[in-house]
Amino acid sequence: MPEYDLMSDFTSPFWAWYIFIIVAGSIIWLFYLLMTQNKEKRNTDIKPTGHKWDENLEELNTPLPRWWLQLFYATNIFAVGYLILYPGLAVFDGVLGWSSVGAYNEEMEAADKKFGEQYVNYLKQDVAELAKNKDALTTGSRLFSTYCTQCHGSDAGGGPGFPNLRDGDWLYGGDVAQIKQTIATGRQAAMPGWGAVLGKDGVKNVTAYVMSLSGKKTAGDLDAGKEKFQQLCVACHGADAQGNIALGAPNLTDQTWLYGGSRRSIEKSVADGRNGRMPAFGDFLGEGKVHLLTAYVYSLSVDN
Amino acid sequence: MQETYNYKVVRQFSIMTVVWGIVGMLVGVIIAAQLAWPALNFDLPWLTFSRLRPLHTNAVVFAFGGSALFATSYYIVQRTCHARLFAPALAAFTFWGWQLVIVLAAVTLPLGFSTAKEYAELEWPIDLLITVVWVAYAIVFFGTIVKRKVKHIYVANWFLGAFILTVAVLHLGNSAALPVSLMGMKSYSAYAGVQDAMVQWWYGHNAVGFFLTAGFLGMMYYFMPKAANRPVYSYRLSVVHFWAIAFTYIWAGPHHLHYTALPDWTQSLGMIMSLILLAPSWGGMINGIMTLSGAWEKLRTDPILKFLVVAISFYGMSTFEGPMMSIKTVNALSHYTDWTIGHVHSGALGWVAMISIGSMYFMIPRLFGKTQMYSPRLIELHFWISTLGVVLYIAAMWISGVMQGLMWRATNTDGTLTYSFIETVTAMHPFYVTRTVGGLVFLSGMFLMAYNVWKTVTADDAKAIDAIIPEPAH
Repeated sequence: MPEYDLMSDFTSPFWAWYIFIIVAGSIIWLFYLLMTQNKEKRNTDIKPTGHKWDENLEELNTPLPRWWLQLFYATNIFAVGYLILYPGLAVFDGVLGWSSVGAYNEEMEAADKKFGEQYVNYLKQDVAELAKNKDALTTGSRLFSTYCTQCHGSDAGGGPGFPNLRDGDWLYGGDVAQIKQTIATGRQAAMPGWGAVLGKDGVKNVTAYVMSLSGKKTAGDLDAGKEKFQQLCVACHGADAQGNIALGAPNLTDQTWLYGGSRRSIEKSVADGRNGRMPAFGDFLGEGKVHLLTAYVYSLSVDN
Repeated sequence: MQETYNYKVVRQFSIMTVVWGIVGMLVGVIIAAQLAWPALNFDLPWLTFSRLRPLHTNAVVFAFGGSALFATSYYIVQRTCHARLFAPALAAFTFWGWQLVIVLAAVTLPLGFSTAKEYAELEWPIDLLITVVWVAYAIVFFGTIVKRKVKHIYVANWFLGAFILTVAVLHLGNSAALPVSLMGMKSYSAYAGVQDAMVQWWYGHNAVGFFLTAGFLGMMYYFMPKAANRPVYSYRLSVVHFWAIAFTYIWAGPHHLHYTALPDWTQSLGMIMSLILLAPSWGGMINGIMTLSGAWEKLRTDPILKFLVVAISFYGMSTFEGPMMSIKTVNALSHYTDWTIGHVHSGALGWVAMISIGSMYFMIPRLFGKTQMYSPRLIELHFWISTLGVVLYIAAMWISGVMQGLMWRATNTDGTLTYSFIETVTAMHPFYVTRTVGGLVFLSGMFLMAYNVWKTVTADDAKAIDAIIPEPAH
């Protein structure tokens, strides 16, 4: 009995035979139905069967249309042939040994054979070099369109919660190795929520202080906010509030705001925290494509 | 005093067929417009596509289609058994119970209560009510069959009986769940993972097979020969295709789960049984269309026959398209695209709605002591409007679906995908607009119908009287 076949809960081989018997019996039953029920002779006079309902409802004794009968037989015969060639009987894989996993692997292998070489070649070149190579950037931009635009946007300009990749401002660092690491292994931001600790006024004060760092004024006690900031925030954002790329903690003194720079948005960040997540693409895309994507993303910020 | 048929419950369901048809299709037009212009969600949770879509499907399938089936099955089973409906109190209960189910659906689905099982989204308390109503329905229907004054059971009743029995089994099987909250309307499916998916599509495809096919074939087998005044083309064909349909449909569900975690053997079985289903389905088409042979000229003058014949043609076309789409390699292109939506609507609008509309136009005047509708010319107009609406809708979805499938799989010479997802969405936009227009056209026909029905049943000579049961011929 094939290994991959049955649903994992069906651990007994009984079920495979159960399925086989029902399927085989069903197909035999369909043939039996057609052979035994094709009763009317082709040359009989067409007339009502003699039953009548609701005053004028009757039925004719027309024989089964020949083309219809043959169509029915043909689909049955096709079914038998298919079950011999392909898996369908649970106890038997089919003589072609086809499986969807096998078909997938074959297609992937064929694609690797056809397209794999270019990535191997690209891997030999370093990213700064690739970032000037037109062909590499074309392929890189296409990969970006497929895998990255859902969050970062078609123009890589980002959106609320999703970083802009063209502005030269990097949460986790913008050198080649850092960008590559971000793509390959992903990033998980962990800004905790301080609402319960700070209380409503505390959140307001910290927000006012944070906004003052980039020259914005808003209502709140700046001194109280600064005090709390130094207790709670400096561990990640630093004493100078310039952030820390090792932790992905943003610089709070500039004009870049991942979740928006309004008072309401910053209050929400302070009170509820933020947990942005960049998924890991390394295993999924493989080294070559990650390398090329790195070059493309790197090129975006270099151009600017 | 001579015994009469029970037409009251038939009248009630018939009127509600028109009402729910308008409601269900209106919601359909709204969500079609939302897909073309997402701003129409208005950022209100209860107006979002995800909540209105199940409301649309439930309203058109179970409210509109269900009311049409209740109405016609109660009419057909009485008239072909020459017997008054069994258990009249239960029959009345099925009407009010079913309307309550519909109203509860219309309230709970927009509020976000959902099992997330397609075509079975209603939560467990409503599922229990459906079960009770359905058991009552079965008692009334089969009770009337038992009471029949004629020895043979007419073919329409085989299909209606199969529909009632199988839908009961499907509903109980698929909706099996563990309730965890009454006021929270929350339950967990009895199945998990890929088995849940399989049970879901066993149900889902047979909702199509038995609710939307067998039930409406029952309708066709009565109203087609009645409207044409011709005998059914082939008794033998009806026997063979009935048993073959009843037997084969139940296997076809896995074709909804091609190239998923479902085991390969299950997918293959779903595919071959779907292919085998072609001939049994076409048996119904042949028997319907050929019943008109010898009376083709009636098609020119009788708009009701036009509805019935075009409905059967759409039935034939969808039941050819379905098996084709179940072939794995075709499915690899069509799955998850709008082609599926087009396919469903050539069945739902072309077959189910048009056979129901034609049957209603034939039956409603007879329920009110008349021989024809207020305005046959409006029926004619309704027919052309409906046909135009269906064609616009499905043509848009075919083109959009095939285009989507081809764009998704297009690759550049470097092996990357040619189109990003958003490019495929942009390309679909004109077709989404066309589809909305098609739906709107079809819906406008339903308003014509409502007007025509209103004028028919409120006419001076219209009387809600129950016809006298004639002596059986044998």
